[in-house]
Amino acid sequence: MSGVRVLVGTRKGAFILESDGLRKKWDVSGPFFGGWEMYHIKGSPVDPNRIYASQSTGWFGQLIQRSNDGGKTWDPVGNQFNYDGVPGTHQWYDGTPHPWEFARVWHLEPSLTDPDKVLAGVEDAALFESTDGGELWNELSGLRNQDSGSSWQPGAGGMCLHTIMVSPKDPERIYIAISSAGAFRTDDGGKSWRPINKGLHSEGIPDEDAEVGHCVHHMAMHPSKPDTLFMQKHWDVMRTDNAGDSWVEVSGNLPTDFGFTIDVHAHEPETVYVVPIKSDSEHYPLDGQLRVYRSRSGGNEWEPLTKGLPQSNCYVDVLRDAMSVDSLDKCGLYFGTTGGQVYASNDEGDSWEAIVRDLPAVLSVEVQTLA
Amino acid sequence: MIRVVLPAHLKTLAKENREIELDVVGVVSQRSVVDALEQSYPVLLGTIRDPTTKKRRPFVRFFVCEEDISHDDPEAPLPADVVSGKEPFFVIGAMAGG
Repeated sequence: MSGVRVLVGTRKGAFILESDGLRKKWDVSGPFFGGWEMYHIKGSPVDPNRIYASQSTGWFGQLIQRSNDGGKTWDPVGNQFNYDGVPGTHQWYDGTPHPWEFARVWHLEPSLTDPDKVLAGVEDAALFESTDGGELWNELSGLRNQDSGSSWQPGAGGMCLHTIMVSPKDPERIYIAISSAGAFRTDDGGKSWRPINKGLHSEGIPDEDAEVGHCVHHMAMHPSKPDTLFMQKHWDVMRTDNAGDSWVEVSGNLPTDFGFTIDVHAHEPETVYVVPIKSDSEHYPLDGQLRVYRSRSGGNEWEPLTKGLPQSNCYVDVLRDAMSVDSLDKCGLYFGTTGGQVYASNDEGDSWEAIVRDLPAVLSVEVQTLA
Repeated sequence: MIRVVLPAHLKTLAKENREIELDVVGVVSQRSVVDALEQSYPVLLGTIRDPTTKKRRPFVRFFVCEEDISHDDPEAPLPADVVSGKEPFFVIGAMAGG
């Protein structure tokens, strides 16, 4: 029987939630790496037993853990993320040049075809690749060294590369996003990159239509339409249908278009989900009501999904990597909150249930659909 | 034999729940103790100091004989009581409130 495995990264450890295909009864295991910040945990699409995890603390730095048995046991692999060559500088908060300094791995993106190949998005923003299961990491430095790199400046959350998406139709095409530089694309497997931010408009930067400098929070893509991307920007929900060459706003009737996470239905490329957050200064749901919004039209027309979600006195946040979908029928959705709940829907978002509560603040949620 | 006490997180990584004993070749200093520690427990590479520059991580401290020696020359010889094994070399995770 099919099933799902939900990989949850929190501020104080990792948890694994498992269920059969009905997705009604859940087994919770963990914490794994208790006390450590687990920014992201993601399994290989090729071999679901192969899982990579980013483990860090401000005290003891970064480790990468790898499991070959679906998360039952873990082994540390390589943790040396050395910028290629002389790293140079980017802009610091005060506008002065600041050397690139590795802080942590925000996102791990296992290859669609090779379980030993994985990309890592790090802070200070850079993209690394491992082709040996995470033992050795090499920077794809064409990104950082493209024209705008020295002008990137961190936002309040740090200058992190947090989103990585590889086109299923063309493995040479990779999209990434950086706070607060924007979105970038390579069409040659990471050798050369260009910003893809035309159409983004951000009031918080001096040139509101600048080529770079936009605070992209997250992006999502349906595998059948890899040229169509959806973006939750600091403010604004955006879409592109030409691989980022130009973007249009699709916030439509959302009650607020600030937010962090965004995802796409597993079977319907035009069905998109966001979790609106009140504002950049109040990181919690509007009116204390936790609502997922769904658009079945690729944006602009949004409906609130509230059944099973708290509709009063709810002041949690849902972070950028904290939503994921399974590919069962009906599509399941999962998201975690900074209040430690993981909510699941086994009916495309129509109804929700907290499958676990009172975890540490959730940083990331990834789902594996198991055969 | 040099005795080393690790903080909880590093004990977990090293899969040791007790004090560690290390043979240190040559002058016993912060650097040579951490060198020996990393050689015996490669999982600790990068957790105490930068693997390339060897600079101590900001929130890691070294205590010996009730003294914080974190800011001392990493090549300086450690006290005789540490060298003899009478006193341990403490690796400390700095305290943080909240």
